Order: sequence, then C-alpha cells, then structure tokens
Amino acid sequence: MGALKEGSPDILTSGAGEGFVTTQFNSLLAWAQKYSLFMYPFVTACCGMEFMSVSSPRYDFSRFGSEAPRFSPRQSDLLWVVGTIVQRQAPVLRRIYEQLAEPKWVLAFGTCASCGGFYDNYATVAGIDKIIPCDIYVPGCPPRPEAVLDGLMLLQDKIQRGDRRPAIVKPRADPAQDQSLGLVQLRRSGSSRTPV
Amino acid sequence: MSKALIDLIRQKFPADVLESHSQRGDDTVVVYAPRWKDIARFLRDDPRADMSMLTDLTAVDFPDRTPRFEVVVHLYSLSKGHRLRLKARVGDAAGTNAEIDTVCDLWASANWAERECWDMFGVRFKGHPDLRRILLYPEFEGHPLRRDYPADRIQPLVPYLDVPNTQKLPPFGPDEGMPFGRQTFQQGPSTDDDDVN
Repeated sequence: MGALKEGSPDILTSGAGEGFVTTQFNSLLAWAQKYSLFMYPFVTACCGMEFMSVSSPRYDFSRFGSEAPRFSPRQSDLLWVVGTIVQRQAPVLRRIYEQLAEPKWVLAFGTCASCGGFYDNYATVAGIDKIIPCDIYVPGCPPRPEAVLDGLMLLQDKIQRGDRRPAIVKPRADPAQDQSLGLVQLRRSGSSRTPV
Repeated sequence: MSKALIDLIRQKFPADVLESHSQRGDDTVVVYAPRWKDIARFLRDDPRADMSMLTDLTAVDFPDRTPRFEVVVHLYSLSKGHRLRLKARVGDAAGTNAEIDTVCDLWASANWAERECWDMFGVRFKGHPDLRRILLYPEFEGHPLRRDYPADRIQPLVPYLDVPNTQKLPPFGPDEGMPFGRQTFQQGPSTDDDDVN
C-alpha cells in the first residue's frame, strides 16, 4: 500500500496463433476503466492553478487517459477535490460525490483537501475523508505536477489491481539524501563550490 | 495633519468624545457609544468633514476590558481626501449585550460589514434591516473571532440545505445567493438629516 508498484501484473496472454489474446474479464474491464477516467474537478482554492498546470500541455495528464473533464458529476467517475473544503461546503461536496457515476474514485489534491493543511480553525474541514471516502491523497502545498501524475498513476495501478484501500503519494526521493543533487556533499565538505 | 477633524468633532460633541489621538497622521476618535450614530451622521453631512465613504467596519475584542468590544469604522472623504477612524466601546464581560446603532442607513456599504461583525464577534447592530450571519452558516454556535472562542473547537457538519419552493438553486435558501439579473437595493435617502446641520 502506498507506493507505486513496478507495474501492473501482466494481464494479456498471447494466443498461440495471431489475431487474438486471452485475458480475464475483470482485468480487461479494469484496464478499460483506468484509461478512461472521466474527471470532475471540484476546484475551490489556489491548488486550482496547479491543477490547470497539470492539465495543460506541459504536464498533460491526458496522456494517462484522464483527459475529458465533465462538469457534471453524473457523467464522471473520478472526483478531483482541489483545494480547501470548509464546513459550509461539506454537504455540497457530499452531494456531488453521491451523484458520481459508479464505479467512482476520489483524489484529494493538495494538503488542504487531504488533511486541512494549516487551516486549523473553526471553518475548515480537516480533510475530505471526514465527508467522503478518499482513494488517493496527493500532499503538497500545492503538489508538484509530478506528484499529481504519480497520484494518477497510483490510482490507475490500484484500479487495475482492484485495490480500494486509500493510498498516499510519497516523495520519490528525499532531497536531502539524494546524492545526485549534491546537497549532502555540499553540507559535509562545507564548501560553497558546486560539487562535480 | 488633519487634526482639524478631531477638533471639529470635539467642538460639536464636547461631551461625547472619550479620547482621541492622531498618531502619525491617523486620526482616531473614541466616542460615547449611544451617540456614535449622531456623530457619524454629522461627519457624513457636514461640508467640513464630508465623509462620503465608509471604507471598513469591524470590531476588536479586548476580553480584559469592561466595555469589551471596540467597534471600529474607517471613514474617507472622497472630496477632501482625509480619513478618520471612529471607535465606540460596547459590551459587558460576557459579551452578551454588545449592541450599537447601525450605520447602514448612512452608508450602504456598512450593511454587509455589520453582518460580518455580527457573525464574527456577536456585536448586534440596532436597526439593521437584515442582521444574519453572512460568512458562516445558521447552525454555527458562537462567534469565532471572540477571544474566548476555543481555537480547537470543531463544530458538527451541517446537512445539505435543500429548500423547496424557491427559485434559487440549492444550496441557497430563498433569501441567500444572487438571483439572476440585477436587483435594486431598496434604500432611500434618510429623512431626518436636518437636525445636525
């Protein structure tokens, strides 16, 4: 749980001859579902700018089959909760979730949607999982587009495996421990020169 | 700078000015709360003051003072270009009887500011046409910007507000949200202005 797997299990088995493959029906269905996610962006706050970035051509999550936004929850199956959810909005979000078409998944985009973030106050809901079940948490304030893409691929991996347990996107590497960035050598040597 | 404004109020209402200062050009007058509407009306209508614009209305909570809340109004004169901060102190230690006259019939912009002040501090404005919560929801208990509101208190989630027989889309009630098209705010000029000038 939690980490992006090395790839989904092989679902296709080549037939002996040409022109057909054999697979399991559930695997084929999951394969179709994970590459045709119709998203409903529930954008409430500044993470929306990052959502625009990740959906526009530079980062372009339409590469992952999650291209078409549907601004009606009845036509979508992936709910992106992007931004802070306040107490007054909570029943609205709940209603939106109930209107999503089955099977449905929820992705919490950013720290505020995941746990309330630094808004520890009277108005903010401390995470959307107080209201609706959540599948993927993408932390970050706002998250990097790479983290969002990781979250989307993690969700696709979980759809393929039929895993409905919630998961969180972890950093791929701790920047302080990443030797290639040179931060560790810089600190140890005490030199201001860029290590080679 | 415009110390003349403070002198003008002191000259017109000598018994009602509790204190005043003009630190770094910010003219501030603390007035007797039951008379603050008369002073505000005078400031709006007198040609020497001509405070045509209410920039902000809010409150400050001082829990250790006896008149607990300080209602603050920032006024600006578009023609003269000077500003004034008008304060009045209301409310007992429990904050239950914090009440002051509304000024939203003098400046229409005070309407929502007074609703926000009621919402956040629980200061009641006498004569306000529609004193309801503006940012929070009706089920909310207490006033969150008061100093004695517990910082870690989480109020229960509210149900979906679905009001039948209304032209508004949910979750708006019949008296909430913007209708389609423009509406005219029903507000005529106040009639009893002549007693000040």
